Amino acid sequence: MLQLKKISAACALAALGFAAPAQAQISGDVIKIGFITDMSGLYADIDGPAGAEMVRQAVADMGGMVAGKKVEVLVADHQNKADVAAAKAREWFDQQGLDMLIGGTNSGTALAMAKVAAEKKKPFLAVGAGSSALTNDQCSPYTIHYAYDTVAMAKTTGPAVVKSGGKSWYFLTADYAFGTALQGDATNVVKASGGTVVGSVRHPLSASDFSSFMLQAQSSKAQILGLANAGGDTINSIKAANEFGVTKTMKLAGLLMFINDIHSLGLKATQGMYLTDSWYWNQSPESRTWAKKFFEKFKRMPSSLQAADYSVTQFYLNAVKAANSDDGDKTMEQMRKMKVNDMYTKNGYVRADGSMIHDMYLMQVKTPESSTTPWDYYNVVATSKGEEAYLTKAESKCTLWK
Amino acid sequence: MTAAPDRNTQLARIGLFIGLAVLVLAPFIGLYPVFMMKALCYAIFACAFNLLLGFTGLLSFGHAAFLGAAAYATGWLVRSAGLPPELGVLAGMAFAALLGLAVGLIAIRRQGIYFAMITLAMAQMIYFVWLQVPFTGGEDGLQGVPRGKLFGVLSLASDTTLYYVIAAVFVAVFLFIMRVVHSPFGQVLKAIRENEPRAISLGYDVDRYKLLAFVLSAALAGLGGALKTLVLGFATLSDAHWSLSGEVILMSLLGGLGTFAGPVIGAFTIIGLQDYLADRVGSYVTVIIGAIFVVCVVAFRRGFVGELQAGLKRRANYTAPGAGEGVGNKEDR
Amino acid sequence: MEIFGIPLQAFLGQLLLGLVNGSFYAMLSLGLAVIFGLLGIVNFAHGALYMVGAYVAWVGLEKFGINYWASLIIAPLVVGALGVVVERLLLRHLYKIDPIYGLLLTFGLALIAEGLFREQFGVSGQQYPVPEALQGATNLGFMVLPNYRAWVVVASLVVCLGTWFVIERTRLGATLRAGTENPALVQAFGINVPLMVMLTYAGGAGLAALAGVLAAPVIQVTPLMGSNLIIIVFAVVVIGGMGSILGSILTGLGLGIVEGLTKVFYPEASNIVVFVIMAIVLVIRPAGLFGKEA
Repeated sequence: MLQLKKISAACALAALGFAAPAQAQISGDVIKIGFITDMSGLYADIDGPAGAEMVRQAVADMGGMVAGKKVEVLVADHQNKADVAAAKAREWFDQQGLDMLIGGTNSGTALAMAKVAAEKKKPFLAVGAGSSALTNDQCSPYTIHYAYDTVAMAKTTGPAVVKSGGKSWYFLTADYAFGTALQGDATNVVKASGGTVVGSVRHPLSASDFSSFMLQAQSSKAQILGLANAGGDTINSIKAANEFGVTKTMKLAGLLMFINDIHSLGLKATQGMYLTDSWYWNQSPESRTWAKKFFEKFKRMPSSLQAADYSVTQFYLNAVKAANSDDGDKTMEQMRKMKVNDMYTKNGYVRADGSMIHDMYLMQVKTPESSTTPWDYYNVVATSKGEEAYLTKAESKCTLWK
Repeated sequence: MTAAPDRNTQLARIGLFIGLAVLVLAPFIGLYPVFMMKALCYAIFACAFNLLLGFTGLLSFGHAAFLGAAAYATGWLVRSAGLPPELGVLAGMAFAALLGLAVGLIAIRRQGIYFAMITLAMAQMIYFVWLQVPFTGGEDGLQGVPRGKLFGVLSLASDTTLYYVIAAVFVAVFLFIMRVVHSPFGQVLKAIRENEPRAISLGYDVDRYKLLAFVLSAALAGLGGALKTLVLGFATLSDAHWSLSGEVILMSLLGGLGTFAGPVIGAFTIIGLQDYLADRVGSYVTVIIGAIFVVCVVAFRRGFVGELQAGLKRRANYTAPGAGEGVGNKEDR
Repeated sequence: MEIFGIPLQAFLGQLLLGLVNGSFYAMLSLGLAVIFGLLGIVNFAHGALYMVGAYVAWVGLEKFGINYWASLIIAPLVVGALGVVVERLLLRHLYKIDPIYGLLLTFGLALIAEGLFREQFGVSGQQYPVPEALQGATNLGFMVLPNYRAWVVVASLVVCLGTWFVIERTRLGATLRAGTENPALVQAFGINVPLMVMLTYAGGAGLAALAGVLAAPVIQVTPLMGSNLIIIVFAVVVIGGMGSILGSILTGLGLGIVEGLTKVFYPEASNIVVFVIMAIVLVIRPAGLFGKEA
């Protein structure tokens, strides 16, 4: 009988509940920028806490206020878990009045956050993640893919490696969205350049032991071991490759590498490797000045992601200033009209599918002898001009860009 | 002596009424609906687990396997097969029940601590299967699950609407478990928990009862998982990870094994704690969860509700020492 | 030369890696079996102790310059001492009650250890260099054998067989086994059973730590290395049955080899093959391959 009373009470009040108005979301007098990335795992060095600091620095360098409103930065660690990232993003949008979300490393989390941002109609600026799916089959009117993507990496590095004699490839791939995208895009490019893909093996994200994968790579007898992974995984793959003598019979192609990886491994282990990056600290006087400030704080040179974190924050805040609003749709529209011209890149622009088109640099790692100063690791071999590096309209599956 | 039991029942009623009131009024008193929904899903999970451990005495150390299985099944069916939410949830539950049957059949062949280790190992195996199988999306998870329209008419897109649906389901599950425990079937389960050899000697097919309890618990755990997928819009590997199996044990232990309200309180406490601490203390959340485990096992085995009940009994009976209810009494052998 | 379409080098290489893994399974399941035998506690923290052992070695090298060979002795001692503290303060209270509480307590301890080390060292993992004397590889003609991995197999075999010998063939071991069967009677003979129990837990912990030091140059030293391993070890223990020491050793090694072979022919299943075997064994022979009735 007690049960019956409880049930009827619940039903009555529930009926009232449906009639209640939905809670309106107040944006307030603060522009809130969120930054969710891997703060403590395998990608912590290339983006992580230093990247968060760069977002804050960008805000501080603009005076901390834009269009009369204060700017606040929220930071969280997604621990490479898509559910943690999405839940945190949702909570910030619902409860904190978040105006814009910057996505850090890990493509799985980026794809999840992009969906949440699209649902809430707020801008999502993906910086750290690479998967081309963000602007391809999963493109969204609220996603801007800012720094780089797996297509750009593959299109710039692939042909160079094939041309230098690497015709048969074997892939070691991180088993999640990013690795899959990178392997897929690289395979297309290798084949288009006249090469072949002999096989591949997938390793768990943040794997602890690469030995059995090295054995499989060796038995494939391919010329090139393509590393479709990043951060700590790349470093460990290269170390294992050296340990098992894979480097004696195969050449390594790091499809996504950052300056932190080269620093960790040393020039001896990485000399001669080709890699593609969107920014190098030594590329221009502006970048050198900016990088020096970073170096003073962190005692190491910034990666392209950390530079992009800085650049994207100011890009957004400039859009807010120009549109005089922090409304999601208005700022997205504004960002599509603006160009990116700063220490990060020149003449960058946002395309209909959400990619921020800018130049990519093909670089080769210097030999220990030719490196004159600390962190002087790269020779810039070639430049992929914006449109060349990215996916073409014909190749794209994005419904927004037809 | 008649005054004491009435007071206990009165206190229980007051407690339940307050709980119900909070449940119904939550969106109006400023509680974040998504948090409440998440907590309610895990409360369902904890209640299902408690049915197995608190009332039947079986420690399943891999219960997340069932939550995860239903989460993935429902997620895929609703997103890619276009099933309406209510059918998706039911299908998810059925899938979890089937998995429960498979795991149960193997695990019940051993007793006690071996049972626990087997459930852990089986759950880990299932975890690795989810990691490999394409439909789950592996590390990225199964994303983009729409909420759809309940019965084809009621759109669940609004957080408030979905909240009341889930609250209603939660109340139904809670009442259902009470019904099961107080039924003849439930009495046999309690007998098995107290003294399995005696139950066998009384002629009960103990293995069959255990299996049935296991499957039921798995199905309800699956219900929690399926609902959670609808709330958050995705299912990921975290839903099937062994750390979640550990957390649900803690929720039940902390709240009070063998009580009804215990798992609910435990679930809200743990989920709330994790949410609150996540940004503030980073990896220390794991340390705190571990510490709570240790403290609970050493000094707080009856959990919140169990200690409350024991305390009340102690006040009522000046002569008899507090005896408490629930699995905490296994030590008195 | 090829075996079933796989080149001999790859085949033997994976087999060796499997043997290495199997050595760790054997050492850890041995420790678990010993602790369970005497204390009645399933030590979920065994993986954490293994992890702590590896970190003691790593920190020892980084901060104090303690080399690998010294760590082989120091780490087990340090972790053994930790085991003593844990046993005295916490486990002691749980012997008379349901064994599930022992499992839950050690689970909590494992979480605490993992969380603390994660906070301190991050989740990415540290490299521990292979000691100079064991670096490089030997070319045996039909395959290239990395020296360190060969050493791991030999060392763990020695340790396992040594432990077996002590428990099964010495007076100390006999006392231990008697203590398992009838602690009251053994105590009546004047043996200090609580001390024996404490030292057993410390010994098991030390054994786990030793495995950790041996593992450090092979895999990355991360806070998660223990938890991933312990669940497989549980399966090993269920398959082998916790009654027999030799059984644990053989099962551990055997399963490591099976896993290695799976990696050669069907890599996707390598993660789950141990669990599948566990399910099969449970259906055919519930007490485990070498087990006496639980």
